[in-house]
Amino acid sequence: MNIYAVQTIYRSEMKRFFRTIMQSLISPVISTSLYFIVFGAAIGSRIQEVEGVSYGAFIVPGLIMLSVMTQATANASFGIYFPKFTGTIYELLSAPVNFLEIVLGYVGAAATKALFIGVIILITAFFFVDLQIAHPMAMIAFLLMTCLSFALLGFIIGIWAGNFEQLQLIPLLVITPLVFLGGSFYSISMLPGIWQTIAMFNPVVYLVSGFRWAFFGSADVSIGISLAAIALFTAACLAAIWWIFRTGWRIRQ
Amino acid sequence: MSSIISIQNLRKAYPGGFEALKGVNLEIAQGEILALLGPNGAGKTTLISTVCGITVPTAGTITVGGFDTMTDYRATRDLIGLVPQEINLEPFETVFNSVSFSRGLFGKPRNDAYINRILDQLSLGDKKDSKIMALSGGMKRRVLIAKALSHEPRVLFLDEPTAGVDVELRKDMWDIVAGLKADGVTIILTTHYIEEAEAIADRVGVINGGEILLVQDKSELMAQMGQKQLQIAIKDPVTEIPDTLSAYALARSEDGMHLTYTYDTTGERTGITTLLNDLAAAGLVMTDLQTRQSSLEDIFVGLVKETT
Repeated sequence: MNIYAVQTIYRSEMKRFFRTIMQSLISPVISTSLYFIVFGAAIGSRIQEVEGVSYGAFIVPGLIMLSVMTQATANASFGIYFPKFTGTIYELLSAPVNFLEIVLGYVGAAATKALFIGVIILITAFFFVDLQIAHPMAMIAFLLMTCLSFALLGFIIGIWAGNFEQLQLIPLLVITPLVFLGGSFYSISMLPGIWQTIAMFNPVVYLVSGFRWAFFGSADVSIGISLAAIALFTAACLAAIWWIFRTGWRIRQ
Repeated sequence: MSSIISIQNLRKAYPGGFEALKGVNLEIAQGEILALLGPNGAGKTTLISTVCGITVPTAGTITVGGFDTMTDYRATRDLIGLVPQEINLEPFETVFNSVSFSRGLFGKPRNDAYINRILDQLSLGDKKDSKIMALSGGMKRRVLIAKALSHEPRVLFLDEPTAGVDVELRKDMWDIVAGLKADGVTIILTTHYIEEAEAIADRVGVINGGEILLVQDKSELMAQMGQKQLQIAIKDPVTEIPDTLSAYALARSEDGMHLTYTYDTTGERTGITTLLNDLAAAGLVMTDLQTRQSSLEDIFVGLVKETT
């Protein structure tokens, strides 16, 4: 294990994050505050309760998930795409590192950044709503798993992307819709019949549901299924990355 | 000689069928400077990339320091530093951080003193906190060299280090290479500037169309293949060469003031003595004599022409 290489990549990526710390943290705080004002106060005042929780509190887990997923994906995809863009990838390919070390460095940093932002949003939420966390350990575990799995997905996107447009494409076209349709701001049980069935094919439903369970002790799908779904998703991403490095797809000729 | 790099039957075919390397065999001795000469698209960069691990070979084996580049890639890559042809650098990073990053990536513990020493050697000391995007092209090339040296490699690949570099910097680059050689680093550089190979290489390899046409000691190569020319300046212009001198195949200059005799330095007799006697006998008065050795360039052009 080339532990120095992992540290070097991780630190260098984190440095980029801290260089733009204000943008990195202020924007999620502002957008979260806006969500609370619009959904929590304006719309939420007309919704009594969802599954026994005030609407303002109900949207907190979904809101955190929304930011964490998009941030993890965006950070990881940019992290590995940028060396491809500048050409510095040659160094990564000629260094004594294996795929696991590269992934640990880039994905680890992207997941850490997403975690930071998730925690910031959670702290912000405490200012707006009365929030209790039923299962704190499970909440942390779900948060970590989501950061990690979506950072892995972002890493794949970054390797696949041939230009900056493609880098934005998947997050815009796939992740954002999946998150919005994944019950971030509502319970799946609020959907009309057929849509409930369709929603079950959306992996984000399981993440949001599991995360919400950690907060309120109740969820759309059982916690076991949620855990299995996120484990499956993480494993699929890892397998894809392993295949990418084995075949050199899009990185090594 | 003991080889630090040994390349056997190396082939590389790209998807689409283009064969960039067609069975390359090459032994590189510890501590030497090998210049790989070849026109654009000859396979120089592919060869280097394959040794460094950026490109995966289609067939053949490469060992570096006795380790196989495919199965023991950590050991081989640890020994190698690569200076790429393109200026591939992260523009927003500082010089010091960029070089320090390379060291870490190659699995070496942080060593600021060592990095500072390299930067000083490459005259980058006062630029170490500058962002790379603020540097001139020549400075960026030095940063690439510093990055390649950051993990104390025993073998350094320089892929066209002086392409697009001004004369002064090229001389600096040559001095840097000479300094590294003195430290015992094996250096392989590609170039299409013949004078570069002539100036700094111990051995010269000529590559074209994915094949190594020749690898030889530079001086040996030039002696063996080099022909010499004797230029004779004469007092009174001649309109045609006298019949008595026809055996020498002399070339007459346009104004008739110079005759040129081409001879082989390795031949048993050069024929110079008899030529001079015969010239005198033919009544030609000589005012000056000059000899010229053919350069590596002539040899190179001759070789590449033969194969195309």
